[in-house]
Amino acid sequence: MSGFPILSIMLAIPAIAAVACLFAGAKGARWIALGATLIDLALGIWLWAHFDASPGAAQWQYVEHVRLFGIGGVDFAWALGIDGFALLLIMLSVFLMPICIGASWTAIEKRVPEYMAAMLLTLILMIGTFAAQDLLLFYVFFEGGLIPMYLIIGIWGGANRIYASYKFFLYTLLGSLLMLIAMIAMLLNAGTASIPALMAHDFPAQWQTWLWLAFFASFAVKMPMWPVHTWLPDAHVQAPTAGSVILAGVLLKLGGYGFLRFSLPMFPEASAQFMWLVFALSCVAVVYTSLVALVQTDMKKLIAYSSVAHMAIVTMGLFAFNEQGIDGAMMVMLGHGLVSGALFLCVGVIYDRLHTREIDRYGGLAINMPRYATLFLLFTMASVGLPGTSNFVGEFLGLAGTYKASTLTAFIGTTGIILGAAYMLWLFRRVVWGDLTKDDVRAMPDLSMRELWLLGPIAAAVLWMGVYPESFLAPMRADTARLVERVSRAAPAGDSRPTPGNPAAAPAHGEGHGAAAGEASATNHSGAPAAASAHGGAH
Amino acid sequence: MSPILLIVFLPLIAAAIAGLSNKAFGSVLPKLLTTGALIAACALSWPIFLEHLHGGIAPTVTPVLHWVSSGTMHFTWELRVDALTAVMLVVITSVSALVHLYSWGYMSEDPDQPRFFAYLSLFTFAMLMLVTANNLVQMFFGWEGVGLASYLLIGFWFRKPSANAAAIKAFVVNRVGDLGFMLGIFGTFLVFGTVDIPTILAAAPGMAGSTIGFLGYRFDTLTLLCLLLFVGAMGKSAQLGLHTWLPDAMEGPTPVSALIHAATMVTAGVFMVCRMSPMFEMSPTAMGVVTFVGAATCLFAATVGLVQTDIKRVIAYSTCSQLGYMFFAAGVGAYGAAMFHLFTHAFFKALLFLGAGSVIHAMHHEQDMRFYGGLWKKIPLTYWTMMAGTLAITGVGIPGVFDGVAAIGFAGFHSKDAIIEAAWAAGVPSAFWVGVFVALLTSFYSWRVVFLTFHGKPRWAGSEHIQHAVHDAHGHGHDAHHDDQPSAEDAGHAPDAHHAGHDDHAVEGTAGYHPHESPWVMLVPLLLLSMGAIAAGYVFHGFFIEAEEGAHFWNGSIAFNAHLMHAMHGVPTWVKLSATVAMLLGLGSAWYAYIGKPGFAAAVASNFRVLHTFLLNKWYFDELYNFLFVRPAFAIGRLLWKAGDEGTIDRFGPNGIARLVQLGSVGTARLQSGYLYTYAFIMLIGLTAALTWVIAG
Repeated sequence: MSGFPILSIMLAIPAIAAVACLFAGAKGARWIALGATLIDLALGIWLWAHFDASPGAAQWQYVEHVRLFGIGGVDFAWALGIDGFALLLIMLSVFLMPICIGASWTAIEKRVPEYMAAMLLTLILMIGTFAAQDLLLFYVFFEGGLIPMYLIIGIWGGANRIYASYKFFLYTLLGSLLMLIAMIAMLLNAGTASIPALMAHDFPAQWQTWLWLAFFASFAVKMPMWPVHTWLPDAHVQAPTAGSVILAGVLLKLGGYGFLRFSLPMFPEASAQFMWLVFALSCVAVVYTSLVALVQTDMKKLIAYSSVAHMAIVTMGLFAFNEQGIDGAMMVMLGHGLVSGALFLCVGVIYDRLHTREIDRYGGLAINMPRYATLFLLFTMASVGLPGTSNFVGEFLGLAGTYKASTLTAFIGTTGIILGAAYMLWLFRRVVWGDLTKDDVRAMPDLSMRELWLLGPIAAAVLWMGVYPESFLAPMRADTARLVERVSRAAPAGDSRPTPGNPAAAPAHGEGHGAAAGEASATNHSGAPAAASAHGGAH
Repeated sequence: MSPILLIVFLPLIAAAIAGLSNKAFGSVLPKLLTTGALIAACALSWPIFLEHLHGGIAPTVTPVLHWVSSGTMHFTWELRVDALTAVMLVVITSVSALVHLYSWGYMSEDPDQPRFFAYLSLFTFAMLMLVTANNLVQMFFGWEGVGLASYLLIGFWFRKPSANAAAIKAFVVNRVGDLGFMLGIFGTFLVFGTVDIPTILAAAPGMAGSTIGFLGYRFDTLTLLCLLLFVGAMGKSAQLGLHTWLPDAMEGPTPVSALIHAATMVTAGVFMVCRMSPMFEMSPTAMGVVTFVGAATCLFAATVGLVQTDIKRVIAYSTCSQLGYMFFAAGVGAYGAAMFHLFTHAFFKALLFLGAGSVIHAMHHEQDMRFYGGLWKKIPLTYWTMMAGTLAITGVGIPGVFDGVAAIGFAGFHSKDAIIEAAWAAGVPSAFWVGVFVALLTSFYSWRVVFLTFHGKPRWAGSEHIQHAVHDAHGHGHDAHHDDQPSAEDAGHAPDAHHAGHDDHAVEGTAGYHPHESPWVMLVPLLLLSMGAIAAGYVFHGFFIEAEEGAHFWNGSIAFNAHLMHAMHGVPTWVKLSATVAMLLGLGSAWYAYIGKPGFAAAVASNFRVLHTFLLNKWYFDELYNFLFVRPAFAIGRLLWKAGDEGTIDRFGPNGIARLVQLGSVGTARLQSGYLYTYAFIMLIGLTAALTWVIAG
């Protein structure tokens, strides 16, 4: 705090480095990019360490505000500041970025300075998106974040990169136009561009519906939700390894962050109104994309489809309107960012050796690449949500929250743990297990030191998040509570509605009985009509 | 430091070092480390158990680390020790320590021993976390942890396609159960506002008569929660419907089958039902379902076990069937008897598996009993220990119907008869009759194993493994047999219909092969487990199932029904005798079919060909599931991918727009090459328009 503009510095460092890269040679650009991303990581750790998560702490910390210009009574500002959600997503970005630079160390050979500059630009735009407190600033970062991604896919991508980036472009274009219009409408209605102020502004119900839909169009594509997900497998397949890591690791979180920052707090009534739409699309996504993942022959496509299924748990949790759902959604975002990033790196490792992503071309890697097999196993297990890994905490909380809102949605969401195990273990079996029959596969060396340094830290983080997630839950606890309180006025009733118990020995157990009923209706937002009236009747 | 911390975490530390060192220290050090950790854990566990035997010990909870707080949901890593945990502690650490020891001999030729021992210790850690859980989520952690270890150990020989398939099947089928477990936890949290087990159990009686919505219907709250949790138990404990993974799990090395798929992991479901027993007690419907599923599994698995020819598969189905016994004991409210059978079963079933492993070791990896016979003189110690296990599982003993003579017998006699009598005493005659009938079947299939393996004439000549071994002995030594094991084992594992009628018609003769008794490191565990199989029932039955002693011992850690345990003693004499009579009938018919009149079994099989084939193919569950779930999943996946994503969404989405644009005579080429600038341009225009609008407004 103390007025030191650390967020701006975190944006400036990669910016300066990006320019420097353009004037450096290939080798210099690599080191400059690595250095800059590591400095940002160090600053991120500093942010985290000094973030005040104690109860009663300020919601927005590290706030910077410089008025830029005013138009028609609306002031636009260079306004930055983060809450717990933003802090964690910034941490995810700065943690993954040096790893991405490392992953591109030898894999990218052409136009290295430009590539490194594009990666650094991505980092700037991602931090900016999460830190922006001004609507205009957010829009620029949010939409701008895709430009370096187009470049990375379009220039350094695979054979069919043009089609992939074109698809990516078409999908996002529609959403971003609608979002822009919605933002203008918001400026008109609320008369402010400050995101914190907008989060407290009560939009008229009629407006909320349309604004929500417009934002939904943008966030659903970024998420991606079924049925606007088909750009993702193509983009992943064509992107270079580091591009996939960033895409899956951070860019997919923009949608979830958008729901968290805009849709829920700004349009609570509309969110409740469209909860069923979100639940329905999420349910379809879990089952549909899991089944599609099962039959993929391309490793990256398989992981890309699994991402869609995991993101569906995020949307379920977010729209459950309770603490567990929102905490769980955030934890899935963080966990999935790490795990799918790591899985794409794992694909990259063997792609660098054999130059194919065809699953059937591999097999028996446990024999000649035991270190690789061990790490791949860990990330596979994290991906299927094994307790003790990051994804379990998220999926468990997210689905527990969803259960309170809708048992059917939670049920279908939970079938994802069966299907997820099926497609991931089937992948693992075909790549890592089996006998080593192919000569070129047999010749593949185990992980190099560089590759170990890329995957090792992610492995440690995955276990940390699984065993002691408190480090991650604590910074956002107050924000979750605030958000739940904000949306509670619109929270729809769940379908469980347990009635109070009525043991045969009613008089003797009268007290315990009342307590149980009170607990049931307190923990269960649903509660509202049925449980509450029954509760009243019990007294 | 509390000993429970050492008990639980020593195996984890040993597993981590052994697993991550990856042969850097050779194989002896990892083996010493893991085995040493387990022996230490075992040595620390017995005093805890013995202390609890005195009774009246209050439960202790040792906090380890905070885990999750989200809204009103809190749970921590903590280790609970009460009588129920103490029982599981000695079972797990004892069997695990012995299996570690045994594996020194059994796995001595395997190049990946550090990995194997690391997995075994990892498993033990997860199992200990499961039984020491004080909240449902930590129990789920252990639950999934043992699932992971089981997956890794079944697939230990990962070059074999059959082992890979079995490992995946075990994990995925278990996940079906986990779906129920997770939903059960969610529902429990919703109703009770906590996942803390003691709090839930204390509040459960207050929720009797409550109803709850689920998937659009309304159910009795406690019935729904119990049944959801029970689905989890069904998966882990291989109960009918979710049992298909267990026989296939025999692909793993035999010590694994003994530890995981007999003594410990598969009993986790029974443990869970007992742990949550105060809640199950509140729902007669759930109890009825538990009884029914248990009895059905008990019967089903025993019928399949009658005709299998692979020695490990017979014992696997036997395990499945014995788990059924435990469940219907729990279902009729005799949790003490369920836990007692779990306890004795751990010893004698681990013994039978390790004994089978010793036979397989002696017979050069041949597992098909059709190629055994006459082995008792060759491997006498294995024979006598297997005999102890068989006497235990079939329940040989003297019922307490004679004046002045207390009931005395081998381990299974005390525990299984208690279950059967409890079923009668609880007024569930159908379960009683199933129990008695299955006692007959158990006796038959168990003695069939003994007779086919150890008695009669040697039939070794027909075995490919033996032929190979004999050939090797003349040719190039001993070390090649691991590589060709897969193909030969596959052949042994698929008894096709052609072979079906020829149960015992293998070629007689030894083919010049000389079976060798296993090394001492394998025999010592067998001998120690034999002691358990012989004495565990008689020594401990008072604590587990006698009304006063039992209530004192369990001390509220399960819903111990002293009333029912009393009533067990009052059952009619013929009820007390029924299990023993059934056992003798089974023994007699097995003797007649395989010793008295060889060829009789084959004749029966060919006379009842349809029934025999039906049983041999395990009631066609695998084929049914393949048809219903596996193949449709892949087919639908392909359909959704091709017809859904590519044929519909892309066709009418991005590709369709591209075509429209093309029709609109705007060159796609231009759009494609210039899309980036177009995009930036649109963004800019949009921004300008926005600002203009705001200014104007």
